[in-house]
Amino acid sequence: MKEIVLEVKDLSASYRKTTVLHDVNFSVQRGSLTGIIGPNGAGKSTLIKTILELHPALTGTVKFFNEPYNKVKKRIGYVPQRGSVDWDFPTDALDVVTMGLYGQIGWLRRPTRKHKQKAYEALEKMGMGDYADRQISQLSGGQQQRVFLARALVQDADMYFMDEPLAGVDAATERAIMTILKELKAKGKTVLVVHHDLQTVEDYFDHVLLLNRTIINHGKTEDVFTMENIAETYGGNMRWMGEKREHAFHIVE
Amino acid sequence: MSYTAWIILTAALVGLSCGIIGVFLILRKTAMMADAISHTVLLGIVLAFIVTREVGGTPMLIGGILAGIVTAFLVQWLHSLDVQHDASIGIVFTTLFAIGVILIATSIGNAHLDVQHALMGEITFIPFHTITVPWIGEIPQATALLILVLLVVLFFIVTFYKEWKITSFDPALAASLGIPVLFMHYLFMGLVSVTTVASFDAVGAIMVVAMLITPAASSYLWTDKLVVMLVLSGAFGVLSAVIGYYVAAWIDTSISGSMAFATGIIFLISFLFSPKHGIIAKRLKPETGQTGTDPV
Repeated sequence: MKEIVLEVKDLSASYRKTTVLHDVNFSVQRGSLTGIIGPNGAGKSTLIKTILELHPALTGTVKFFNEPYNKVKKRIGYVPQRGSVDWDFPTDALDVVTMGLYGQIGWLRRPTRKHKQKAYEALEKMGMGDYADRQISQLSGGQQQRVFLARALVQDADMYFMDEPLAGVDAATERAIMTILKELKAKGKTVLVVHHDLQTVEDYFDHVLLLNRTIINHGKTEDVFTMENIAETYGGNMRWMGEKREHAFHIVE
Repeated sequence: MSYTAWIILTAALVGLSCGIIGVFLILRKTAMMADAISHTVLLGIVLAFIVTREVGGTPMLIGGILAGIVTAFLVQWLHSLDVQHDASIGIVFTTLFAIGVILIATSIGNAHLDVQHALMGEITFIPFHTITVPWIGEIPQATALLILVLLVVLFFIVTFYKEWKITSFDPALAASLGIPVLFMHYLFMGLVSVTTVASFDAVGAIMVVAMLITPAASSYLWTDKLVVMLVLSGAFGVLSAVIGYYVAAWIDTSISGSMAFATGIIFLISFLFSPKHGIIAKRLKPETGQTGTDPV
């Protein structure tokens, strides 16, 4: 049994008066790459935000590396949804990536050339070196997502939470991001990714967390990602194209 | 210095402070909070007057800051109780402003505070209330206050520059990096409040909103760099103040009104002619939208 690095117990959360998450219990092993899968409104983003204390939890406890969140903040990286920020903000790609280092730089100090260099290397790793001084509104959706990934990379965290990094990106960006995720995993980092495309789950993730307001199932992809479990998660709003689940898609949001 | 020079200097200081603060109001999408705070500081000033029985100076600043922060806090609180954000702003500031108006009418009487003055300001009287500052000599009280506030604003913007940037662009990331996003929000609202209080005498509650929002919105049309936007916005504020004064002198009308009008003219020119985001530039260029090509 591998080391447990994330332990969530009895977590619940609500938006206004609606309970979005209830009785969430799960633990994640070091070095795993987990896909968080579920229909729209299942609480996938809320789960991440609640775990990271960006959204208030009604009940429950979360432990990272056996510590509360406040003690290990610097070891945890978060990639919000691309649509959560205003891309017209007056800044360039390199500057956005440098923001990932603000926690390490600390108060009253400015980013030095060393920090900029580090940010540039992360951009280069994502194939975005040539776009470093590009105004961020001038980037395509895929390029913006790569900038976000580069920003997470410079944090050099031990555990990453990513909210739909593959939503609405081009094929090349999807490949680039998956290469990076597998590289992080190979380095022993733990990654949890909110994912929406059922067809690629088996290729991308070694663990799957099926979520619909609570955990339907969680475990190794080959054990958990079965037709019955998917149908249960999506509440039967599924149409099966052919016999194989690879062709399943969600018809009712 | 002549009266005219003092008036222009005072107005330019208002333009500069408001222009700088305004950039972050726009980028944090809280422009309407400026409107709210510009009205509720009236209550703070009135309460400070009732407690200390004097107009101006430190009590007024403290009252204004407290009123501004209470406004920000109440808006946040109502919003957390499921009232829409814009509705919370509307409810809080009108109520606090109304209390201020009632207090002026009932418990202040004849002092140098009336609603007309609060709304419109009276910059022409500024050179008559002077104080003596060591080394510099006698200068108008409002001008001295504005210099002090400008220094405070510059200090906080420069010192926490990267924190302002990240909490404006991506508050979720900022929070996950351990930057106190909510504290920065209240600190910023405090800065908006001091700027507003200091500008109050010169331009009044309504015109200060024009000075806070319009130069920043104009500068946003000219540049894609935050530093440049800050400098331009401050410059537009100063320019509006100077143009406004001369327009007012020329057609003999309200100085604060002319200055606010000048900010609108600068915005209109930016909106039409800015090479980056102006209407004409957009018409001339073919619609490209997102111009990035994907690297492979």
